[in-house]
Amino acid sequence: MKIRIDPDKCQGHARCYALAPELFAVDDYGQASVLVDEVPPALVDKATLAIANCPEYAIESVGD
Amino acid sequence: MPRTAPVSDWSSDFDVLDPRYVADPFGIWDDLRTTCPIAHTERRGSTWLPTRYGDVTAMAHDIEHFSSRKVAVIPMGSGDEGDRQLEYGLPPISSDPPLHTWTRRLLLPWFSHQRVETYVPLTRQLCRGLLDQVVDNGHADAAVDYAQQIPVRVIARILGVSSEMSDAFTGWVRDVLEFADDEVRRTHGADQLLTYFHSQLDLRRREPGDDLLSELLAAEVDGAPLDDGIVLGMAALVLIAGVDTTWSAIGSSLWHLAMHPEDQKRLVAEPALMPTATEELLRAFAPVTMARVVTGDLEYQGCPMKEGDKVLMNFPAANRDPEVFDRPDAVVLDRALNRHVAFGSGIHRCAGSNLARMELRVALEEWLGAIPSFALEQRKEIEWAGGQVRGPRVLPVVFP
Repeated sequence: MKIRIDPDKCQGHARCYALAPELFAVDDYGQASVLVDEVPPALVDKATLAIANCPEYAIESVGD
Repeated sequence: MPRTAPVSDWSSDFDVLDPRYVADPFGIWDDLRTTCPIAHTERRGSTWLPTRYGDVTAMAHDIEHFSSRKVAVIPMGSGDEGDRQLEYGLPPISSDPPLHTWTRRLLLPWFSHQRVETYVPLTRQLCRGLLDQVVDNGHADAAVDYAQQIPVRVIARILGVSSEMSDAFTGWVRDVLEFADDEVRRTHGADQLLTYFHSQLDLRRREPGDDLLSELLAAEVDGAPLDDGIVLGMAALVLIAGVDTTWSAIGSSLWHLAMHPEDQKRLVAEPALMPTATEELLRAFAPVTMARVVTGDLEYQGCPMKEGDKVLMNFPAANRDPEVFDRPDAVVLDRALNRHVAFGSGIHRCAGSNLARMELRVALEEWLGAIPSFALEQRKEIEWAGGQVRGPRVLPVVFP
């Protein structure tokens, strides 16, 4: 599983970081970024949760 | 406080200050969502009230047609809301781009996740000090003695002003937000607040500190310092937006817990649940409604909106929309799917959301640490404030 954040949609709610700090970072301005190229299998559930909780629909999983 | 005529038709003549709406708006929103999802009123000027998640978030994102230049839910009585004292309003909340964009960038680092972590020890210490004063009494006003006291002191620290001013700040902010329908009181509160910050800016210019006011005075944008009016507006915003709002969220959460001993027990037993639980409490009791101004005549979902009409960004109702949330009126502390918009949606996402979350979490942790079991005091009335910010202002509770 790969995930991507649309920087134009991200408004800095930081829900992804709170739910999965292993996968996401948030900068001083709230802009989130993805820390991994590939989501480790053990963290797929967390990634899915982060996608489902983003109020801006800014995170998506990218097909292979 | 001026009284308004009772509401008989919520779809065409709603009033957000109607006592029934202030005390319990949830059933009203449920009815509107199925019968008239965007209600209208002519009270205090032509105003629209969306109640569905999809409409609220779509309008919050459509900054071209729905401007933030007037965000007050209760406009000034004269109809001319243009705040004479603040040429630039309260940027960035009452601004559209480009002013919104650069003023917001100046504020955001003060409320970043990393920075907010540094305010945790202060917040915890504050909460413990407040609890020490009531824990042996067996009763307390969870709003006045606790919730109300916390955010204002953290904000005072960030602004670099004396926490001894906390009671004065609280009074001014209540005048501006809660008693907005009382023009004398509202104007008085705004005057006091701005006079205070004027003097603080003079002081900071002479003796800069490591606080937000000093940083704003030292900041340069495109090689020039900020206009004093902008600094004043931003300082006033941080105070106004950072006090009533979080205090209301803490108060509403304690109100819910006071009535649900099973949730008290669960949070005490499962402290790791707290981050998820605070999101759920924020969803269920989102305190803040903001306004937008329609920039030109348009038809939205069949509603004939006119230039200058107000639209209320009803984030609290969006958070109760059954289209988006399963069992929306139940507080489910471990709700996993929770795309709530308590902090808004789009470019005006609450700049202080990290701070608010931290304060709510720490306030609940500390309360439950000191008072793990409590209930509403039966004989006493709970008082709610509403309009721009909804939350309990008097919340008597008892504990063994």
